[in-house]
Amino acid sequence: MELFVQTVVSGMLVGGLYAAIGVGLSLVFGIMGLTNIAHGSLMILASFFVMFFSRQVTGGVVTALLLTLAIMALIGALTQGLLINRVLDKGPESALLVTFGLAIIAQNVLQLVFGADYKSISSPFASVNVIDTRWVIVSGEYMVNFLVSVAMLLALHLMIRKTRLGRSIRAAASNVVAAELMGVDTKRAYIYAMCLAMLTGSMGGLLVGQTFGFYSYSGMSYLIIAFGVVVIGGMGSILGTLIGGFILGLAQLLGAYFFGPGVQVLVGYLALLVILALRPRGLLSNMTRK
Amino acid sequence: MDGALMTVEGLSVSYGDFRALHDISMRFDRGSIVSIIGSNGAGKSTLLNAVMGINRKLSGRVVFDGADITSMRTSAIVAKGVTMSPEGSSVFEDMSVHENLLMGAYLTNSRDKRARMTERAYGLFPALREKSGQLATFLSGGQRQMLAIARALMSDPKLLICDELSLGLAPVVVNDIYDRILDVNEEGVTIVLVEQEVKRSLEFSDYSYVLVKGRVVIEGRSDELSEDEVKDAYFGINKYA
Ligand SMILES: Nc1ncnc2c1ncn2[C@@H]1O[C@H](COP(=O)(O)OP(=O)(O)OP(=O)(O)O)[C@@H](O)[C@H]1O
Ligand SMILES: [Mg+2]
Repeated sequence: MELFVQTVVSGMLVGGLYAAIGVGLSLVFGIMGLTNIAHGSLMILASFFVMFFSRQVTGGVVTALLLTLAIMALIGALTQGLLINRVLDKGPESALLVTFGLAIIAQNVLQLVFGADYKSISSPFASVNVIDTRWVIVSGEYMVNFLVSVAMLLALHLMIRKTRLGRSIRAAASNVVAAELMGVDTKRAYIYAMCLAMLTGSMGGLLVGQTFGFYSYSGMSYLIIAFGVVVIGGMGSILGTLIGGFILGLAQLLGAYFFGPGVQVLVGYLALLVILALRPRGLLSNMTRK
Repeated sequence: MDGALMTVEGLSVSYGDFRALHDISMRFDRGSIVSIIGSNGAGKSTLLNAVMGINRKLSGRVVFDGADITSMRTSAIVAKGVTMSPEGSSVFEDMSVHENLLMGAYLTNSRDKRARMTERAYGLFPALREKSGQLATFLSGGQRQMLAIARALMSDPKLLICDELSLGLAPVVVNDIYDRILDVNEEGVTIVLVEQEVKRSLEFSDYSYVLVKGRVVIEGRSDELSEDEVKDAYFGINKYA
């Protein structure tokens, strides 16, 4: 029984992190109909930046993170403004190929610069347990991952729902011509959306970098997690992404609990298939795209 | 009516090899209601989208309120005082009625002005006030059209363009909306009505243009044009031939 409670708690905690991994993918799809294949690789690029800056330049994770966020936002703005926006007019397929190319470039550059070894970012919370009872033990690191992820998703949700910038992004997502007629520069709205996706992805990169470690090709595994989360929750819905993360995290850890750790990933994706069979568009999908 | 608020001079637009508009010239006088009449595919939406900076123009000029707006971005054109309620009353489905109106005032920085414009919109279409918190996707066809017009008016335009506002609506609903358009015109807003139907267009406007296959085939004061004359031109029949 203790182990079951522990499993559920861990599933929820890791699920929060999964949601943070997936939300950028969901946002970009919901807003411009683009499946960003480079999402995972760019996330890992951010992990490498944080590692590199904290070791070589700043000495602290916080300044390294701020520097990384700035660089990743810039990379997002440039790729969207100079590449993706230009090909998006020719349909989402060409844009998808661009992101595929980006993923491959990011992986190869990382491999060249940093080699193929596993790396990690040290976490100040790793060795303390914030909850330590007979029923559950939660490490500071998992708790921080969870709280940071959930706070980030809620902030993003409020930003998209309640602010003028958020409304303009939703308008561009819902009807490009009508949005332009309101005076929205829809191409610029896409740039903002990509920057937001890069910022949340970088946070995900930091957290998984601290908790699981990473190497130059880790991006693909995180892309698959992001896909799972987003497909379960519904493309484009931020709260859906959060729920999708919880479900995937819970399904994986409960799968391990009942059937052994070897099938953890398999059970996660079985849950995904079941949900897709019942609700083909995911649980929540509130950004309607035409 | 004192002078032109907007003029279109020698405008041509093509989609690839297909020339959709040929050398169109039009004049929209201050305070007037101008109708542009044409059947499916005549080039009405192409013309409006070109004016609004959504379509690229092959040649020609658009002048609004003394300024050349031909190659301006849509947002700059809206900021100058031109606004359009697009075809098919395309409202933002996943936004509430109120949020749709806020989008209409996207370029308005003053909170006071936004509040004033919102009041005007709800005053004009009280049905929208009742639905203000509802998602636009749940509105009826007539309410959608009202919302599209109300949203366009939120930018406090000098010129309001309505692309086929009667499309798919019951005649009573259309008449009701047309009456509101007249109210807006009374407030001094110049109106462009784009329609397929001849009779109502002539009735509600001061001046009319008839567009056939991308060309203006007839124009004149609406009270001087006869319905038959327009219809003949419209359907490409020349009974005197
Ligand atoms: N994006 C496009 N690409 C190619 N051809 C187009 C495009 N949009 C319109 N056309 C063509 O241009 C012509 C004019 O179309 P337009 O939509 O302007 O007509 P309309 O008068 O608005 O018709 P409707 O009453 O059906 O709205 C038509 O022959 C149409 O097929
Ligand atoms: Mg049209």
